[in-house]
Amino acid sequence: MDLSVRIGSLALKNPIIAASGCFGYGVEYADVVDLESLGGIAVKGLFLAEREGHPAPRIVETPAGMLNAIGLQGIGVRRFIHEKLPELRARKAIVIVNICGTTVDEYVELARILSDAEGVAALELNISCPNIKEGGITFGCSLRGTFDVVSAVRKVTGLPILPKLTPNVTDVASFARAAEEAGADAVSLVNTFLAMVIDVETRRPKISNVVGGLSGPAIRPIAVRMVYECRQAVKIPIVGMGGIANARDALEFMIAGAAAVQVGTANFVDPFIWPKLFGGIRDYMQRHQIARIADIVGTVDTRARDNEWISS
Amino acid sequence: MPIDAAAEVIANHPLSTDYNVLALAAPAIAAAAAPGQFVMVKAGAGHDPLLRRPFSVFEVLRDERGAPTGISLLNKRIGVSTDLIYKAQPGERIACLGPLGRPFTVVDSPTEAWMVAGGVGLAPFATLAEALRARGVRSTLFYGARRAQELFHLDFFRGLGVELVLTTEDGSLGERGRVVTPLERRLAAQSAAAPVMIYACGPEGMLAAAATTAARFDRPCQVSVERIMGCGLGGCYSCVVRMRNGHGGLHHVRSCIAGPVLPGNQIVWD
Ligand SMILES: Cc1cc2nc3c(=O)[nH]c(=O)nc-3n(C[C@H](O)[C@H](O)[C@H](O)COP(=O)(O)O)c2cc1C
Repeated sequence: MDLSVRIGSLALKNPIIAASGCFGYGVEYADVVDLESLGGIAVKGLFLAEREGHPAPRIVETPAGMLNAIGLQGIGVRRFIHEKLPELRARKAIVIVNICGTTVDEYVELARILSDAEGVAALELNISCPNIKEGGITFGCSLRGTFDVVSAVRKVTGLPILPKLTPNVTDVASFARAAEEAGADAVSLVNTFLAMVIDVETRRPKISNVVGGLSGPAIRPIAVRMVYECRQAVKIPIVGMGGIANARDALEFMIAGAAAVQVGTANFVDPFIWPKLFGGIRDYMQRHQIARIADIVGTVDTRARDNEWISS
Repeated sequence: MPIDAAAEVIANHPLSTDYNVLALAAPAIAAAAAPGQFVMVKAGAGHDPLLRRPFSVFEVLRDERGAPTGISLLNKRIGVSTDLIYKAQPGERIACLGPLGRPFTVVDSPTEAWMVAGGVGLAPFATLAEALRARGVRSTLFYGARRAQELFHLDFFRGLGVELVLTTEDGSLGERGRVVTPLERRLAAQSAAAPVMIYACGPEGMLAAAATTAARFDRPCQVSVERIMGCGLGGCYSCVVRMRNGHGGLHHVRSCIAGPVLPGNQIVWD
């Protein structure tokens, strides 16, 4: 059985990638997860400089989901290269670096620095973090901004670039198109949905940033729909995510049009999920006699059917 | 390396309408756990509630020959997950990941150990008291709760030779008021030459009071913090504590991997 997939020039041994911000810098999980076994690891969002992020509380649980406003706490790109990348390299991890800037120049600078570092497989451009005021999502919420960031980064790097799109827009497919026109190798979607939780007893929000990003199974159907829409709008590969908690969910994204998927929140619930995902995908391939997983990408048959309601 | 166990509920002992002790069969976790470490527990199946909850290892359970068989959790019912854990039935299986985090540093005699617990903050001190006893360390537990019925396992600590100093908010047992008041008195009376290690676990206000009081008397204080935690492994950056670093700067530290036991004098209390 062939689980390998391609995202542009990036060849992955399987389509399952750890989502940014949900797997630390990867090294935190080295005791629990065989890092080499993953299709890739999208490391926590990095700025040029170190950042302390928002005060706690930073997360709150919601029905089948969670809200977070971490505020992109991080060690900055240089410390990442010196302190984390060597271990990731030694463990043969496929490293996708998620980068975030407040200006186009910062993205360019980050891309330059990381292009020279050994052991970086691709760049994911975070233009979609809903939790910081400056930069990031302001690019991701404007077609012009998306185009400008992607095309500026394109000029300075040969690494595959994957802009990560926000779902907090009216028509996500138009953003995928802007990214494609600007020279992106693929698009990642979705980042979290801007949301809010209030404690009615105290009338206070449950996280310090007041609002935060919703992730987890609660968002999955919306994310699948967005992947499906983007599949019809662009030719470049799509990396899909949002609420994947088992192999079935991952396959749903692939059938909707994702060439690969990322898993975030589910890793918090079960850090041992990875081999279960690979096993579940293999079982499915066996049952459906699929030799190459890449063959199911975008194969949704739009004639409606729900076998969980009607058995015959 | 933490162990992932689908731990069977061996027993569920209600202590009050809010508190219970849940015994779980988890020999490998029990064998590896050090005082102050925690486990991430998933209550219920399915996506709601979604996330695991951190619990201190309360007791290490052993068979007749002394071999570890499991752990217990001291649970206070405050939300959906803790409610499910309050109601868990023997035979149920509960996903339990651990042991996690940095444990207490256990002192040696002649240093005395003063444990300061507020409410459910008693949890890490049962195993610490055992470790202290094994080293022959003179130990005192300052233990405060709302009322007498919420002061638990007193005989267990007495059996280990731990001196008990109890407080209740309503005065129904021990001194009326906060637990840090007798701690402060004892610190004032203690000769500066006699070494003491303070260990604290409980509500944030109590931790802040215990840590600042200890610092005022120049005594070291290890606090076990409780923060809303997403993963327990350092992946999500939810459970941060604001701490001073050596150079006068402030830094958000992940309490799941740098803690939960942290030096009280470096924490910035809001
Ligand atoms: C705690 C947390 C931190 C996150 N940090 C980042 C980040 O640094 N960069 C980024 O692009 N996405 C970040 N995300 C978004 C995830 O990568 C992912 O897009 C989103 O959570 C949806 O997937 P999921 O439902 O599988 O978690 C974060 C999500 C969570 C829950």
